[in-house]
Amino acid sequence: MIAANKPEQFTVRIKRQDGRDQPSYWQSFTVPYTANQNIITVLQQVAANPVTTDGKRVAPVAWDCGCLEEVCGACTMVINGRVRQSCSCLVDELFTGTHDQVITIEPMSKFPVVRDLFVDRQRMFENLKKIKGWVPIDSTAALGPGPKETPDEQHERYAISRCMTCGCCLEACPQFTKDNDFVGAQVIAQALYFNEHPTGAELKGERLDVLMGPGGVTDCGNAQNCVKVCPKEIPLTEAIAKVGRQLTVHAVKRFFAGKR
Amino acid sequence: MASEPRVIVVGGGLAGLAAAVRVAEAGVAVDLFSMVPVKRSHSVCAQGGINACTEPVRQEGFSEWDHFDETLYGGDFLNHQPPVYEMAYAAPKIIDLLDRMGVPFNRTPEGFLDRRYFGGSVFRRTHYTGASTGQQLLYGLDEQTRRYEAEGKVTKYEFWEFLWPVVDDDGVCRGIVAQDMRTMEVKAFRADAVVMATGGCGLIYGKSTMSVICTGGAASRCYQAGAWLGNPEMIQVHPTAIPGEDKCRLMSESARGEGGRVWVPGIKDDNGEWTPHPDAGRHPNEIPEHERYYVLEEMYPNYGPTPRHGNLVSRDVATRGIFFAVQKGFGVGGGRMAYLDITHLPQDTKDKLAAILEIYEKFTGDDPRDVPMKIFPAVHYSMGGLYAVYETEQEPKPKFLCDIVPEDAGRRKDPSKPAHPGMVHGSPWNMMTNVKGLYAFGEVNFSYHGATRLGANALLSCIFDGLFCGLGVANFARTQAKEDPSEGVADEVFSRYVAQETAKSDKLIATVGSAEEGVDPYELHRKLGEIMTDELTVVRTQEGMQRALSIVRSFIEDYKRVKLGDNGVWTNQNLSFTRALGDMLIYAEAMLLAGIERKESRGCHYCSDQDGRDDEKYQKTGVCQYDPATGTHKVVWEDVPIPLIEPRIRDYSGKK
Repeated sequence: MIAANKPEQFTVRIKRQDGRDQPSYWQSFTVPYTANQNIITVLQQVAANPVTTDGKRVAPVAWDCGCLEEVCGACTMVINGRVRQSCSCLVDELFTGTHDQVITIEPMSKFPVVRDLFVDRQRMFENLKKIKGWVPIDSTAALGPGPKETPDEQHERYAISRCMTCGCCLEACPQFTKDNDFVGAQVIAQALYFNEHPTGAELKGERLDVLMGPGGVTDCGNAQNCVKVCPKEIPLTEAIAKVGRQLTVHAVKRFFAGKR
Repeated sequence: MASEPRVIVVGGGLAGLAAAVRVAEAGVAVDLFSMVPVKRSHSVCAQGGINACTEPVRQEGFSEWDHFDETLYGGDFLNHQPPVYEMAYAAPKIIDLLDRMGVPFNRTPEGFLDRRYFGGSVFRRTHYTGASTGQQLLYGLDEQTRRYEAEGKVTKYEFWEFLWPVVDDDGVCRGIVAQDMRTMEVKAFRADAVVMATGGCGLIYGKSTMSVICTGGAASRCYQAGAWLGNPEMIQVHPTAIPGEDKCRLMSESARGEGGRVWVPGIKDDNGEWTPHPDAGRHPNEIPEHERYYVLEEMYPNYGPTPRHGNLVSRDVATRGIFFAVQKGFGVGGGRMAYLDITHLPQDTKDKLAAILEIYEKFTGDDPRDVPMKIFPAVHYSMGGLYAVYETEQEPKPKFLCDIVPEDAGRRKDPSKPAHPGMVHGSPWNMMTNVKGLYAFGEVNFSYHGATRLGANALLSCIFDGLFCGLGVANFARTQAKEDPSEGVADEVFSRYVAQETAKSDKLIATVGSAEEGVDPYELHRKLGEIMTDELTVVRTQEGMQRALSIVRSFIEDYKRVKLGDNGVWTNQNLSFTRALGDMLIYAEAMLLAGIERKESRGCHYCSDQDGRDDEKYQKTGVCQYDPATGTHKVVWEDVPIPLIEPRIRDYSGKK
């Protein structure tokens, strides 16, 4: 979609922070409008000429990006109040409707800021470790093919496997905060992904033990924001529900096995 | 004074992760360095699939030998044959392994692995997961790496940038110097072997299909430290990408593998000759069938099972087809674009391509399910890279320019069996560079793809390097740790390199706010990209490459006056980029020199002023060697051994 009235230039307000545990502040830059501009191009334009709207030359803005085609998950930011990948966020799209021609870019608020728009999402990777997010194969030796899978099963797993650990779901989640233990939709869906694989299911019990504990599935408040912001349209709420059912069965089994 | 062996792997893409997993599995501790969380490495961008002669393909008449042969044929016979042989025969086992790791490969109705057509082959031998195969394979290996990380066998250093290899006075690699990209701390790390798995150098061209981290900086640093380059001029230009302001986004060959067609508007006269259509502005859906010029199908009608298979010729050939058509004025709207059309495909086929169709839709606003995509060729892959050797049982042994493989290296040979045609499994020399203890795996390794890489062979070669050659790395590190451990090397050797790198950073940081009118690194990078794209991509000439060389040399002078805009002591991306730019310039100079000296046309190195391929003179690797004292490069020619398949002239017109 193309903006009806293309501006010649526009203002971009960026929330900045010089380093970890430093105060944040806002700066505005004027950027020329170009065709097919995305937020990465905007940030590149700012980098090429880091002079604020009031004419002050400042340090270039730091940000995280990688593939620029929405598959690496690096460039998540909060743009005009909405968490998303900045590479696939087109300026034209932001200028449709009545929005005045200012773009605001902020770092995600649920993760510690490293500098400016660059955040540290290590917690997401640590959580993958916690739930043993892998298929426990014997070794890399040639031992023949893996288990057969129907196209439907593949379809279901592939949908979850497209998760690029971007963190949108966690930013949008009211239950996931900077300081609590909640693991959030990303990891719950990943647990399902591995539980549904015949060899991956070897560790299903251990995964469910983790998700039964503090910060696990019961902390989900069912706000369903995660599924709305996921750039890969992963059926996150469905996954949480399925893991919830696995947990119920798991709890009953544990009860009868005499484990508490 | 033996010590516990340690291996450093630099780069966390497919090659680096496969190496980390294999080395850790062999019981050797791994330190894994990456500029980004490894799960975000550029391998995620690979879309189409991974080639292998699995059982159903075999029963359609394909073989590992065919896979081997078509890889050489596609590469215009500049590939090293024993490594390619080994890779082709390992491929089906690698597919099985990935399948066991839980990679969600697309399935047939009965639940077996599905396959699709791909470029450079008339067999359906490409296994895939939707149109995001690289992402899925990377995740599979990322998960296995995480498992070893949880067990304490792999230590990750993410957001650490490799700065320099630590090479001691005897020329042995003993570790690396790296910088924490957040705290900016510069530090040396010891290792008994170092694996470079740092990918390609697309950023030298400004805009390419590569990720922003693919500067080639790491390879260039090894080069400046004494490692050699092989065929750096060999750069693949992918036929189909979406041109963009910030990058060119890949539109996978799988679109054509699944039946997509490339066409441009035109008019056909009574003699069957096409001329550009005068009405350039029409909507593609309004252009009637008889005014659609299917460029590649008309050029290569006999290549595959149907004339439409002409869309699947080797990438360099397809790229030239599209490029020349556009040059003749056939471009969409008179511009530099052609159509890639999948609108006619059935819905379930479109669903298999969803990952790339979504990318197209998100970035252009057009739905490619209804409207043909506008594409143009873009820089995509580095076939050339760090020079590496290997061990084989074949006699006579390949003559390498460096004597790193010992004379008696073949001692493990079983005398009751004929000589194995591939590489010796577990040999410490497999994919070692000319610097002892320094390895090159994956895209940064020059060995596999010759002058053009076939689609869906990159994922294979990266994983193969890690899994197959990883064992040799573990073996080498174990021997070193016993006989000559890195732990025993004087601290001074390491601190010398830390001082060198710290001085380099300090010098760049000191330019911030200086009164002098400096050179803007981003502007210099833009200009570098332009001249390299103009002169070292689809069509090359002596004159053009010479012109580019003198300009790049003037940029190297300009770089001495480069001025930073950021003296931040925390996550200074300006510093990291500018430092890499200096290394990119030196790498670019080597690419141009090798290109100038290769006076023939071979694969992607198409020179309009040369007469085809010249096997007599250039069935050779152009080995670049750098002299840091004088800042000069030397290109030395090394024969590409031909132990198995005699080179023949490439011809995709169906007369193979």
